[in-house]
Amino acid sequence: MTCLPSSPSGKRLGLVIDLDTCVGCHACAVACKEWNAGGHSAPLTDTDPYGADPTGVWFNRIHSFEAGDGPAGRTVHFPKSCLHCDEPACVTVCPTGASYKRAEDGIVLVNPDTCIGCKLCSWACPYGAREYDEDEGVMKKCTLCVDRIENQNIPEIDRVPACVSTCPSHARHYGDLGDPASAVSQLVAARGGFDLMPELGYRPVNKYLPPRPREAPAPAPVARVEEGGLPGFLGWVDRVLSR
Amino acid sequence: METLDPSPAVSDEVKCTTCYMCACRCGIRVHLKDGQVRYIEGNRDHPVNRGVLCAKGSAGIMQHLSPARLRKPLKRVGPRGSGQFEEIEWDEALAIAGGWLAEVRANDPRKLAFFTGRDQSQALTGWWAQAYGTPNYAAHGGFCSVNMAAAGLYTLGGSFWEFGEADFARAKLFLMFGVAEDHDSNPIKIGLSTLKENGGHFISVNPVRTGYSAVANEWVPVRPGTDGAFVLALVHEMLRGRHIDLDFLAAYTNAPWLLVDAPGEADHGLFARDAAGKPLVADATGTLHPWDAPGVAPSLTASVALADGRRAKPVFVLLAETYLDEKYSADAAATVTGIPAERIRAIAARIARVAFEETITVETPWTDWRGVRHERFTGRPVSFHAMRGISAHANGFQTCRALHLLQMLVGAIDGPGTWRYKSPYPRPTPPPIRPGGKLGETGPNTPLPRPPLGFPMGPDDLLIDEAGRALRLDKAYSWDAPVAAHGLMHLVIRNAWAGDPYPVELLFMYMANMAWNSAMNSAGTIRMLTDTHPDGSYKIPRIIYADAYASETVSYADLVLPDTTYLERYDAISLLDRPIGNAEGPGDAMRHPVVKPDRDVRPFQDVLLDLGARLGLPGLVKEDGSPKFPGGYADYITNHERAPGVGPLAGWRGADGSKAGKGEPNQGQLARYISNGGFWKMHLPEDALFMKFANKAYLDHAVAMGFMAKPEPIVLQLYVEPLQRFRLAAMGHGQKQPPDHLRARIIACLDPLPVWYLPFEGTAVPDAAFPLNAVTQRPAAMYHSWGSQNAWLRQIHGENRLYVNRGTGLALGIADDDWVHVTSHHGRITVQVRLMEGVEANTVWTWNAIGKRAGAWALDPRAPEAMRGFLLNHLISEHLPEADGGGGHLNADPVTGQAAWYDLRVRLEKATIAPDATEPAFATLPSPPGVAAPKGPLRFGAAFGRSPENREKRR
Repeated sequence: MTCLPSSPSGKRLGLVIDLDTCVGCHACAVACKEWNAGGHSAPLTDTDPYGADPTGVWFNRIHSFEAGDGPAGRTVHFPKSCLHCDEPACVTVCPTGASYKRAEDGIVLVNPDTCIGCKLCSWACPYGAREYDEDEGVMKKCTLCVDRIENQNIPEIDRVPACVSTCPSHARHYGDLGDPASAVSQLVAARGGFDLMPELGYRPVNKYLPPRPREAPAPAPVARVEEGGLPGFLGWVDRVLSR
Repeated sequence: METLDPSPAVSDEVKCTTCYMCACRCGIRVHLKDGQVRYIEGNRDHPVNRGVLCAKGSAGIMQHLSPARLRKPLKRVGPRGSGQFEEIEWDEALAIAGGWLAEVRANDPRKLAFFTGRDQSQALTGWWAQAYGTPNYAAHGGFCSVNMAAAGLYTLGGSFWEFGEADFARAKLFLMFGVAEDHDSNPIKIGLSTLKENGGHFISVNPVRTGYSAVANEWVPVRPGTDGAFVLALVHEMLRGRHIDLDFLAAYTNAPWLLVDAPGEADHGLFARDAAGKPLVADATGTLHPWDAPGVAPSLTASVALADGRRAKPVFVLLAETYLDEKYSADAAATVTGIPAERIRAIAARIARVAFEETITVETPWTDWRGVRHERFTGRPVSFHAMRGISAHANGFQTCRALHLLQMLVGAIDGPGTWRYKSPYPRPTPPPIRPGGKLGETGPNTPLPRPPLGFPMGPDDLLIDEAGRALRLDKAYSWDAPVAAHGLMHLVIRNAWAGDPYPVELLFMYMANMAWNSAMNSAGTIRMLTDTHPDGSYKIPRIIYADAYASETVSYADLVLPDTTYLERYDAISLLDRPIGNAEGPGDAMRHPVVKPDRDVRPFQDVLLDLGARLGLPGLVKEDGSPKFPGGYADYITNHERAPGVGPLAGWRGADGSKAGKGEPNQGQLARYISNGGFWKMHLPEDALFMKFANKAYLDHAVAMGFMAKPEPIVLQLYVEPLQRFRLAAMGHGQKQPPDHLRARIIACLDPLPVWYLPFEGTAVPDAAFPLNAVTQRPAAMYHSWGSQNAWLRQIHGENRLYVNRGTGLALGIADDDWVHVTSHHGRITVQVRLMEGVEANTVWTWNAIGKRAGAWALDPRAPEAMRGFLLNHLISEHLPEADGGGGHLNADPVTGQAAWYDLRVRLEKATIAPDATEPAFATLPSPPGVAAPKGPLRFGAAFGRSPENREKRR
């Protein structure tokens, strides 16, 4: 079994995902696949890509579902990837040390050279965030674009996970959730960001922002109109225009 | 633990070009490593997407690498549809195509039907058709957006989607009609995010609660095809509550223009004009003036006597008489739309409150066309946007007009926070181009005197013969579709097959999947493409098709010209077509080959220029007969001039690249574009940013740039006079007369004030037999794309279900996953159901164009797209059922001819036996020569990243 870092740095890199503006467009999922296919965990194999049962490795998947009935009902688009938990059972369950959590920033990774493909981690993860590469026999997962976020070969502004960089509705944010002063921590505080299934105790780093309240104040009623039909209306027009 | 390099090399080179995975025209940065495409990301500097990129854009790699790519020109050697082809060399392919085209042109150029699909080179293809001499040209707008484009251009000189956009950064209220996750993609997502960040209120009017509607503050589930009734009820409430901007109406619209009020006479309902032809207005004393006379303060209410003694009244009086009527009340609309009356009134109240109590200003002085200085721009921050859900109905033109009427009434046009024109719009209402191809304008080896597509002002501009019959194959600009500004592509194959109004010799199509998801009546279309005369000859004698991929339509061509992918070609996203400008200024863009094709394929535009030169078309050859653009499309983009100094690209013109808009060709122009990221963008002066239709600074700029001929104001048209000219003809006035079976419809539907009527299919079939509306939408991850052969996108949407309201399903005894027969007046399909809450109770829907024909697109014949995907197209007919009264009425908008594919009415019956696959099923298409999907897993990226083989190498 694998140990967690004995002295974590306090830095907790992760994502904040805004359910108020996510329209479920899958941009993040495909940008993730595109970047990571040639990155740390390359490739993100697709089996039977042009066949009857195309399936592949995706680090980020969008789940769309409905919740509530009637006027309270809503359609929810819910992107889900590894939450880089503070208490990652996927790591502690790993028999070889292949799954590990980095002391310096809290990112949870898999070392493909030591992964034996036993899948214990995917059973342990309550969020279903692990992706098994059938072709390679290795478990893969979101790396938080570890090969991008500090990459000196790309402009500083682009040193964020690919999903954040590409999101057209600005529903994804990246930063240090261990730092209460960081922009993402402030955003979580301002918008009431929440943990996914906190009762399980895995203490995910990633946070979700709930939809903003939708019930705006009731509009003022249309002004009462003096009677008078069309002549009255046209009279009002003349009065207004002759001011 | 492992030791990681935090800075692995990303790419050897980044090339900036323009995406073509849908119609948005986003800027992309293509990372190349070892000469291969490694990664595509959005270009931060690009005005359209500002760095973001959608699912399709990122999946462009898989489109570029698709095994469905055609590899070499193909000549049919078996029966049509058999898929039996042999590969031929380009010399032979071009000789065949050139020979066929020359033969037709020497005989009767109309016998060429040249139609393109989601083509972004219409400035070239339309010009080529004009030079060839055929009026039978159009692109896919006839089944996409022509109702929006035509309604907008005749009303505002701009339009929703292509020629205008919401001012998301300033709007406080945003109403979106009939837009699911599309048109457009990234700009709307960016905009919605901005609007919500600013605390704006977003109302989505849509029968389905997915995509954008899912994040709306208010979802308004409207019955399909009734949006116009809802909008006109809002108009009624605005008038009743006196929430209208009278100053705006008087100054900028034709509200004060006088209409001849002489029922029964030939000019009833036309503008009263002075001797010079200028529309007249009256002042408060009843004195008549030309509308643009200096200093005139026009009355909106004064009905007057004209010089000849007849009466005339302002447009505004007719408007008030019309929409104050209780017929347009919220209560009346509630029964039609399914939206409760109190909700309609609440939405009206919200519009009124934001427009008139939450006004915003931009503190920039500006001067109007009369020379009057204004200290600031004042905005009524209500923005609107609408697209396909309005457009694809037979009342779409008028519904879109109703939306523009509402915008004008509250003064929310091109001000801060409103819908704003994308530069180079506005243009005159409508643009001053009349369709070419009238009687006597076509003939052997003769170009058309004008472009094939334009904007008629009345019956005299129609393309009809002495008997009133259509001169165009698709019947555009005939009495069936007088304002068919984008043509009627959906009728081309049917009419060519039927010889109605005449047979053609050659059908030449590009990038339009007419044998499948781009046709109404797909199964019938397939039959027509293969149907023969008794002597065995094909009813459509010759078919040339150009496509990059092994689409369904390839199998029905006699000659296939393989195109490149979008990463292997030049393109111009031109101001002459549909550029990338926005409200802040004009812009255009280009594509250039970032990688070389590994197949024997050529960009279609190169091929078209080559064929044009072989034919000796004017403008395509030099005086000595040699090709004018031997360097292909890049040469044309650089050196073609449509008018002196005006070419496909507006940036870096002039010999040294110092001019914008107008200037002589610059041989270094494309290089300048490439070094600037593939686009050119100009920011308008601050005093030209708003009120462009009447803004002197803007109008002067537009003339200087070559967008407009004269710096004249564009008067917003509440009342569209050309429509009344068609109606007067239908009432019996004038020489050009419609056929009797169309008279009543023209009078009812071509009302010069916006009107709502039930979609025709709904009135033609009994409610009891077909109680449900059936519509489609494109998913965000596949909108406007050719996605289903894409290894990644097909994992997101590889099959589709019929989505049914849960309550409706339960009432019919239909449960989740049940199979149902879906029956329309035209056909039946059998598909699988998914129940959901977020769909209007009388509506069923599905994702569009997911279903593929078995064997097409290099997919396994048992692919989910073929087994569990389906099209609604099989249920849709080109014509209305005869119950309508007969006469072969088109299933189309009676103004524009827009295909009314959202008018579909169906019934559902539970299938007692679940089939193995969706029905109807079609014979499997064989793949063309050289096209086959590789077996085994796809390990894209293994060559670039930390894959097992690369880790092994490092050891």
